[in-house]
Amino acid sequence: MSSATTTRPATAAPHPEAVRAPGKRPARRPGAALWALPPVAALALVFLYPLALVVWQSFSPEDGGHSTAPYAQVLAETSFRDALVTTVGIAAGATAGAVVLGSLLALIIAFVPFPGGRAFARFIDVFLSFPSFLITLALLFLYGTVGIANGLWSDVTGAASGPFDFLHTPWGVLLAEVTYFTPFVMRPLLAAFAQLETGQLEAAASLGARPARIVRTVILPEALPQLAAGGALVLVMCLNEFGIVLFTGAKGVVTLPVLVYTKAILDGDYTGACVVAVVNIALSVALYALYRYVMARTAAGGHRRAAA
Amino acid sequence: MLLHSKAARRSAHAVFWLLFLPLFALPLLVIVAASFATGWSGALPSGVTLAHYRDAVHGDSLDALLTSAATALAASVLALTAGTWAALAAQKLPRRARRVLDGLFLLPLAVPSVVVGLSLLVAFSQPPLLLNGTPQIVIIAHTVLVTAFAHQSVGAALTRLDPAYEQSAAGLGARPAYVLWRVKLPLLLPSLSAAAGLCIALSMGELSATMMLYPPDWMPLPVQIFATTDRGSLFAGAALAVVLMAATLLALLAVSRLRTRAAYR
Repeated sequence: MSSATTTRPATAAPHPEAVRAPGKRPARRPGAALWALPPVAALALVFLYPLALVVWQSFSPEDGGHSTAPYAQVLAETSFRDALVTTVGIAAGATAGAVVLGSLLALIIAFVPFPGGRAFARFIDVFLSFPSFLITLALLFLYGTVGIANGLWSDVTGAASGPFDFLHTPWGVLLAEVTYFTPFVMRPLLAAFAQLETGQLEAAASLGARPARIVRTVILPEALPQLAAGGALVLVMCLNEFGIVLFTGAKGVVTLPVLVYTKAILDGDYTGACVVAVVNIALSVALYALYRYVMARTAAGGHRRAAA
Repeated sequence: MLLHSKAARRSAHAVFWLLFLPLFALPLLVIVAASFATGWSGALPSGVTLAHYRDAVHGDSLDALLTSAATALAASVLALTAGTWAALAAQKLPRRARRVLDGLFLLPLAVPSVVVGLSLLVAFSQPPLLLNGTPQIVIIAHTVLVTAFAHQSVGAALTRLDPAYEQSAAGLGARPAYVLWRVKLPLLLPSLSAAAGLCIALSMGELSATMMLYPPDWMPLPVQIFATTDRGSLFAGAALAVVLMAATLLALLAVSRLRTRAAYR
């Protein structure tokens, strides 16, 4: 967990305190640490202490004592293994989909400009402020048993019911997650594209490079750090996504967060829920640490380029 | 400009709209359309009604909206206070300690919201702090989840802040508290209000942690939407979802007006 704390992105401009002569440390004010105490104490009470209790409870079987028996029990369950496979599979698929789709859309907005492109950036911000489960709700009206796609099919063919029935399968969750998380990839990419020098593109084009080659050899390498950062963030959010899966109401699609909810609230098995929670935390904190690391590298890289 | 021929540009735009419209615009449109519909068995919804909205602003649904607004307001104020305080305190710390503090405050981003809910449930269902079943536990959960965003936003603004302002204020003999209140916080106001908007929007739409610990008498709007659609009342759920989106947008608009006022000061 500590690895997440050591990768703060370097600031682009050197902080005035950082350009002091080496060896001459800023005067320590004993009050500084004291001022940091209240927020840290509050965080410890409502976040760190509860989290520690979850870990403690995961090692405390129902029949008393403390052992790794709950882990052995939960890890042996097929439902847990299925949930783990489903979670990682859907998250990986949704991330890949969001990265490909987001890159394509961002490339068109940035480099093939059209009227209304600016309004689109506002639309993305609005889209990002809505909760994820709205997408699943919308998909019910698009591809559900009542809904546009199946209604259209019935109207055209006269059949009683349409062919679209994938919402309660992992594919429905995948579609919803790709839709919801694509803007999270586009935003950092658009920021990266905006900083790209158009001179480079024009030079490449005047030397006869075709658009596909310019994208491959000039644009994407420049934007790769932001793409990686956006992708990693989306991967973490997909692993932890709950609303989208809950709203599909699919009994067949169980991810780790849904398993935590089912075990704790529906089954009342808090120890089992805590075990799944610990696995889920380990998975996403490790990935989040990776994300912070990539972000730190990105900021440092940008700083190097700016200094050169 | 990447594509120079008109035909190539047109086809790129065609690809864009072909992907954008069905994937991103249509979902929001169908929710709005469904909220006015009596039924939807063909390609288009059948019948126009305002009944879903009449239900949405009465009784339980109105309570849920007010609950959501109150929770979002309380959680955002708490999160902004804690996040700003921590970011200001971190600035004065030595480098290593500052990194640890920042990391601690960003950690809730990496922990699944459901697990945050579970952890509060486990921690506060037993003495000394018995909060399970109270509105406070929902507000605490939302605060934990949005504090990271407040801290991140204010922290980023602080590193961009020109230290000359506070140094000259201090050089002119202003006490630290006065510098903080009259110089630093006003300069931070734009990023504070941006963070407030983000916190409110996130809290209004929070479902994962809330599902774990809401008491029956403090049911926020997202939970109400889930309960409604889970019963099979999809159209009533769509109307509630539109109310949620409108309320979120209104809150964002109010906060951004505050921001432009702040920027002119």
